[in-house]
Amino acid sequence: MTGVELVEGGVPAPHPDVLECDELRVWYGTPRGPVRAVDGVSFSIGRGESLGLVGESGCGKSTLGRGIVGLLPAGTGVDGEVRFEGRNLVGLTQSELRELRGPGIGLIFQEPMTRLNPLMRISHHFAETIRAHEPSAGKKEIRTRSLEALRGMGIPPTRFEQYPHEFSGGMRQRIMIALVLVLKPALVIADEPTTALDVLVEAQILEILADLRRNFDTALLLITHNLGIIAEACDRVAVMYAGRIAEIGEARTVFVEPAHPYTQALLASTISLRTTELRFIPGAPPDLSDPPPGCRFHPRCEHAMQQCRRNEPIDMATTAGRVACWLHGPDIGQSAADREPLQREEIASADEA
Amino acid sequence: MPTKPDVAADQSAAPPADALIEVADLKVHFALRGGILGRLAGRSAGAVKAVDGVSFALGRGEVLGLVGESGSGKTTLSRALLGLVPATSGTIRYDGRDITNLSEHAMRPLRSKMQMVFQDPHAALNPSMDIATAVAHPLRIHGVAKDRAEIDRRVRAALDRVGLSPPDQYLTKYPGDLSGGQKQRAVLARAIMLGPELLVADEPVSMLDMSVRAKILDLMMELRRDLGLTYVYITHDLATAKFFCDTIAIMYLGRIVEIGPAEQIYAAPQHPYTKALLAAIPEPDPTRGVPRNLPRGEIPDAVTPPLGCSFHPRCPVAFDRCGWEGRDLRILLEQHWLELPVEQFTAERAVIGELEGLDRPATDVLLPAATGHTGAEVAALLQEVRDVHPDDPFWLGVAETETLSEGLRVRFHGGTDPALYVTPVEHVRAACLLYGS
Repeated sequence: MTGVELVEGGVPAPHPDVLECDELRVWYGTPRGPVRAVDGVSFSIGRGESLGLVGESGCGKSTLGRGIVGLLPAGTGVDGEVRFEGRNLVGLTQSELRELRGPGIGLIFQEPMTRLNPLMRISHHFAETIRAHEPSAGKKEIRTRSLEALRGMGIPPTRFEQYPHEFSGGMRQRIMIALVLVLKPALVIADEPTTALDVLVEAQILEILADLRRNFDTALLLITHNLGIIAEACDRVAVMYAGRIAEIGEARTVFVEPAHPYTQALLASTISLRTTELRFIPGAPPDLSDPPPGCRFHPRCEHAMQQCRRNEPIDMATTAGRVACWLHGPDIGQSAADREPLQREEIASADEA
Repeated sequence: MPTKPDVAADQSAAPPADALIEVADLKVHFALRGGILGRLAGRSAGAVKAVDGVSFALGRGEVLGLVGESGSGKTTLSRALLGLVPATSGTIRYDGRDITNLSEHAMRPLRSKMQMVFQDPHAALNPSMDIATAVAHPLRIHGVAKDRAEIDRRVRAALDRVGLSPPDQYLTKYPGDLSGGQKQRAVLARAIMLGPELLVADEPVSMLDMSVRAKILDLMMELRRDLGLTYVYITHDLATAKFFCDTIAIMYLGRIVEIGPAEQIYAAPQHPYTKALLAAIPEPDPTRGVPRNLPRGEIPDAVTPPLGCSFHPRCPVAFDRCGWEGRDLRILLEQHWLELPVEQFTAERAVIGELEGLDRPATDVLLPAATGHTGAEVAALLQEVRDVHPDDPFWLGVAETETLSEGLRVRFHGGTDPALYVTPVEHVRAACLLYGS
């Protein structure tokens, strides 16, 4: 692996970022016009760092994850830059991207049942995966590396020669993760990796993901709709709304002092054992072929001001990172009239995600 | 398992004022087909005991939460309540009447009183049927509406009731035009169409976004209040059940392992499995970190469940009488090998012969030596495993070992299958030997 070595104790030395997205845009052509699923997103992930990407269905979070590795339907528009270890991936050919997926960037999806070949032993899956990228790898090396990867996932070495159907759903997801990690990618993108799993199995997978950095020095982009999952597995969190990042920052701070009203609303609507009252966000995320003007969250925001309907908010620094919300300034250029509260239109209770 | 009179006596502690559903020692077993040779020879391939002796009573207007992982039998139990799968034995009473294995003809009129809401609202609605037709379907099937005008009026009322208002906006829409939450509302509208008394909701919010779950739960509570509904709420998520349920029944491998008033279960869970489920729920608090020391492994195969208490292989506080057996020895060895470098595992694995002999329920097993190795070597290896994991509850279950030339014979203490015992918490019973004699 290239890049900076970890110093003792798992604390990363000052690192160059493994991934940098700069004004990334992804849009789909539809009969109604272009749907801007990702609309000017910038963020970076440091080496060995985990970033949680959270948002409601249709906010563009999965498109962003796929857009990074070029796994988008033909005809999808992509603009901006995605720099992986300094190299811009936007505009690479499919075969160049294919070479990168696996050893460079690993991908974990939901529904592990559908991603293993039922006719192939687990050992065969590993041999095929490793040989696809390292044709010269020897049998012994493949076995040792595969067993090490499986061991990290808690799959006993005695089961190396078994078939996928002999494993439970949670174990299959762990095998999938081992198949990704055996190539030692610098970045893993996990899209709702625990959605189809039970609570206890979900917790086991989250434990593994939270330990990725310590055990494999791998950076993680974890995509989910559940803030509880991010709190347990991620260093930083990015909150996505209608194709844009509303707030991004260090998880410990964002969860305690969420700066964006959308982050606050998402946190309040997360049901956990500590929840004392059911809260939800009124309204629905906007249609991305025709998003509202100004701040895209203003029709659902309880703090919306006149300003929010007219002008797009500017990224402002917070203690945790940055936020795009007029409540946080800049004060220059905002008149008293701009800051008048906005009368919200009545939102029908069923108008929801 | 408790017999029927026991159940009646137990429940008198907290009698439902007016029981709508009473289930006594219900079993639902599915026979396995086995191979063709076995079938020709008339051998039975065994049965999956999906529901294996479940008893409870649910009062009118109450909400029962059936909580468990995939494979715990919670969905099969709910389907049996509605007569969608035949009961193998036991009884189901609805409003005092025995409805166990009623014929389809006799069941049909009752179906208007008992409705079901499924997990995936997308799969529950016909994609080529508009919302008005889908929601009106029960009226047509049961032939209760006089004419089009009445159907139209009732459909609008139901849509309005579930928050799909104004109804005009939704009548001509197709499921594909609606969001997940809206589809689940349409499913609820269809379910309340005939004025049911009982609603069985199978994971109604688990496919929905976090931000929408609260709205649908809110709506279900409103319907309960306004229409006097009784609910069976099936979920694997104790966090949503907390808001909704009066009584919680935790299921594991076809049995209820803990049952009691929701408040008590959350405040003082008694069964180790309930404690684990509660600890595993993600909390939006980054200072808490990932829960550690979760039960290892997953819910075992229901065809040959573990001996004794079926939770014992995953239980952190299991002791000698919990049902230790040969299969646990295999799990222990595999767990041990997980922690070794590949070369050391390969060396140790070579000492022991085939492990498949351990894969059946037995309390007296032989851990075979591989060809060219002796029983003494196997014994030494197991001692080494014990030295590495001295605190594993497994060792409490080992009664004696005997070194033979062909391997190591391990005999376990026999286990006890726990019944639902009374716990120190009032009205809460748990199937755990910690509370049994």
